[in-house]
Amino acid sequence: MANRILIADDDANLLISLEYLLQRQGYDVVLARDGDQTMKLIRQQPPDLVVLDATMPGLSGFEVCQQVRADPALRQIPIVMLSARARETDIAKGKALGADAYIVKPFSTDDLVNQVRLLLGADR
Amino acid sequence: MRPLDWRLFMGVTIIGVVCLLWLVVAGVLLWAVLDSDDWHTVLDALGGKGGLLLFLWAGSLVPAAIALRHMIDHYLRAPAKLAEEARLLLETDAQRLPTPRGSAENRRLAEAIGQLVTQREALRAEMDQRVRAASRQTELEKNRLAALMSELTKSVVVCNLDGRILLYNNRARLQFRRLSRLPTPGGGAELMGLGRSIYTVLDRKLVNHALENVQRRLHRGADAPSAQFVTATRSGKLLRVQMSPVRDVASDDQGARTTDTMTGFVLLIENITEDMQAHAEKNRILTNLTEDSRSALASARAAAEVLELPDIPAQLREQLLAVIREEVQGLSRRLEEAQPTAGRALRSRWPLEDMLGDDLIEAAVQRLESELGLAVDVERGDRDVWLKVESFTLLQAVLHLAGRLRQHCGVCTLTLRVGRQSGQGVLDLIWMPCDGANDKARLGWDDEPIEVGSETLSLTVRDVLERHGGECWIEQEIDDARHRCLFRLLLPLAAAQEELPAATFVHHESRPEYYDFDLFRTTERTRSLDDSPLTELAYTVFDTETTGLNPAGGDEIIQIGAVRIVNCKVLSQEFFDQLVDPKRMIPPASIPIHGITPDMVKGQPTIETVLPAFHGFCADTVLVAHNAAFDMRCLQLKEKLAGVRFDHPVLDTLLLSALVHENQDSHRLEAIAERFGLNIIGRHTAIGDAMVTAEILVKLIPLLAEKGIHTLGQARAAAQKTYYARVNY
Repeated sequence: MANRILIADDDANLLISLEYLLQRQGYDVVLARDGDQTMKLIRQQPPDLVVLDATMPGLSGFEVCQQVRADPALRQIPIVMLSARARETDIAKGKALGADAYIVKPFSTDDLVNQVRLLLGADR
Repeated sequence: MRPLDWRLFMGVTIIGVVCLLWLVVAGVLLWAVLDSDDWHTVLDALGGKGGLLLFLWAGSLVPAAIALRHMIDHYLRAPAKLAEEARLLLETDAQRLPTPRGSAENRRLAEAIGQLVTQREALRAEMDQRVRAASRQTELEKNRLAALMSELTKSVVVCNLDGRILLYNNRARLQFRRLSRLPTPGGGAELMGLGRSIYTVLDRKLVNHALENVQRRLHRGADAPSAQFVTATRSGKLLRVQMSPVRDVASDDQGARTTDTMTGFVLLIENITEDMQAHAEKNRILTNLTEDSRSALASARAAAEVLELPDIPAQLREQLLAVIREEVQGLSRRLEEAQPTAGRALRSRWPLEDMLGDDLIEAAVQRLESELGLAVDVERGDRDVWLKVESFTLLQAVLHLAGRLRQHCGVCTLTLRVGRQSGQGVLDLIWMPCDGANDKARLGWDDEPIEVGSETLSLTVRDVLERHGGECWIEQEIDDARHRCLFRLLLPLAAAQEELPAATFVHHESRPEYYDFDLFRTTERTRSLDDSPLTELAYTVFDTETTGLNPAGGDEIIQIGAVRIVNCKVLSQEFFDQLVDPKRMIPPASIPIHGITPDMVKGQPTIETVLPAFHGFCADTVLVAHNAAFDMRCLQLKEKLAGVRFDHPVLDTLLLSALVHENQDSHRLEAIAERFGLNIIGRHTAIGDAMVTAEILVKLIPLLAEKGIHTLGQARAAAQKTYYARVNY
């Protein structure tokens, strides 16, 4: 059965590309447009990996990350954080709050796919 | 007649008694050695001549007395006189040399004392001369310091350890004027004034904290410790304050040296409100340009990378192309929106100063004429425009362009003009092109290193203009059917500056009194005001002009003028001068007296606004007025309306004058001023009268001291007793 990936970003334009790319890699892709919807979807059916934008309406990516890591049932889910915030402090914050990878926008889609593959592979 | 000298009396008595005893002894000896007949023969010979014998005895006393008196004068009284004279010389400044008299030894002593006196006077004269020279030097240094301070572009305030202001510069005065919440022109004067407390502007705890830091570092041996803090004022401005200590000076064998004891502190105050706003704006622009662009680029890049993949569905291809188009358009839009503000906010900061266009032109004319020998006309443009420039390098750039014009186009006459264009400042260098030569002027000159005389700078005209955020081009204009060419330099505009009010009243010195170092010695007063010496108090001397003489009957204040006295000096720069709209008719009969017409008070603040401002100006001072009962009555009748209370101690120069010159008929302001030789300028204007009243008070204080009146309490009590105190309004 294919791995299920939740991509959360408020930028619809980015979602189009990422959805196609990850589907093409053979993953099931679920999309969310804000933090609250992301948490809801994660709780409904925990995905195998979350690609999470740091700044979203409602709960921010950082807050979602924190909540996932605080929940014993969810804390194992790998999280790749995408963010336009590129300061070292932002990266440190993302990692400290539990992101497995922090990718600064704009990024190479190959890097993202590789990172996803790595994390899911490591999970297995 | 000289009183009987007891020493002479005693001496003569002793001589008389001795002579008498000698006679008696001689008689006894004769009686003992002579036989009876001889003894009787002697008695017979003397028989009946006893009186003669007594006369001889008494007569011999007269020369003895004369001799004795001479000896007393010579040997006793002369040294005593010399001693008195010497004591007088010792205790007073008398210079009369002692008269040589009496014995030779005494005379020599008098001469020696005379020489000592001469020597002392010479030393004293030399000392006086040195003190005068030193005082002159100190005064000169004080003046230099005050001049330097007044030209500094940062606000400088020097305080003693109690936080009392003893020096401030012009910039501080303007800055605090802007921080004031009170209406003009009192605004700011209630915050910045000699002897006022810095704690009305800055939080005492912050200042104390900084003070402790500085003191701690001083005690640790730091050479030049300073502390910094940022504080917000009541009017919401952000101030950055730097504190440095004023250290005490100790004298010892090795000379004067600074100690680690503080006697006060210097505050460098900078209003950083605008800087902080600019910083926030810069951050906002940077965030917009980076973070928002990152997201857009991420979407576009991801779309482009997907597009590179083989076999993507046609519909997705269209979608992705639309994404790229949309994101790129969004980026362009964002850049265009950011351009104007980002340009301003992100420009590297060149130390630009605000300068009046007229001043820039004047400086340019002077340099063009003296350094290039050009004839320069100035054209009336918008000469009161304020520009933000670094005038030195800007003028170098102007000189470079003018030099090229002269060299390549044979231009001998230039016209300068400042003005505005589309929200920017403009400096034009205008010339009349010679026939066929106008095309020689090139804009390429702005890319050459600036050359002025033999000096070549590493900057180009363009560099200079870029650092100003400005531009430069050549234009042609037609003026009276003549073609004129011009270099147009676009420069940033500055907000119009507030010019200091002209010193219009009784100013004896050309330089304003922004310092009073005597306040270093003043410490926080612990005694009550009544016990305070008159010489140490701060006074607000004021006068009101009114619509009439019956405040209780509806007459209203139309002008308040006031000036402060600190340390017995009239601070003519720290004045309050405000017209008041009385909201009633001004009787035409009163207009010739005070010169205030209804038109003048129209649009002026009403008493409800002016009194709180005046109250702020009077804080911590003794109120003084001439015939104060009247002015105080005027103020007190409006207290409720204005929501302030004038419960300050009050002195009346009319009563004080009556105390000092009780035999004079008139104690009117003019009469007193005449007695003291003071000129009245602006009589019957509130500020003019207040100024002269202040001068009078300063003259009265030493005269009161001669009458034994030294403290405020004594002055008030004595004044109450005078006849004039019975006048009531």
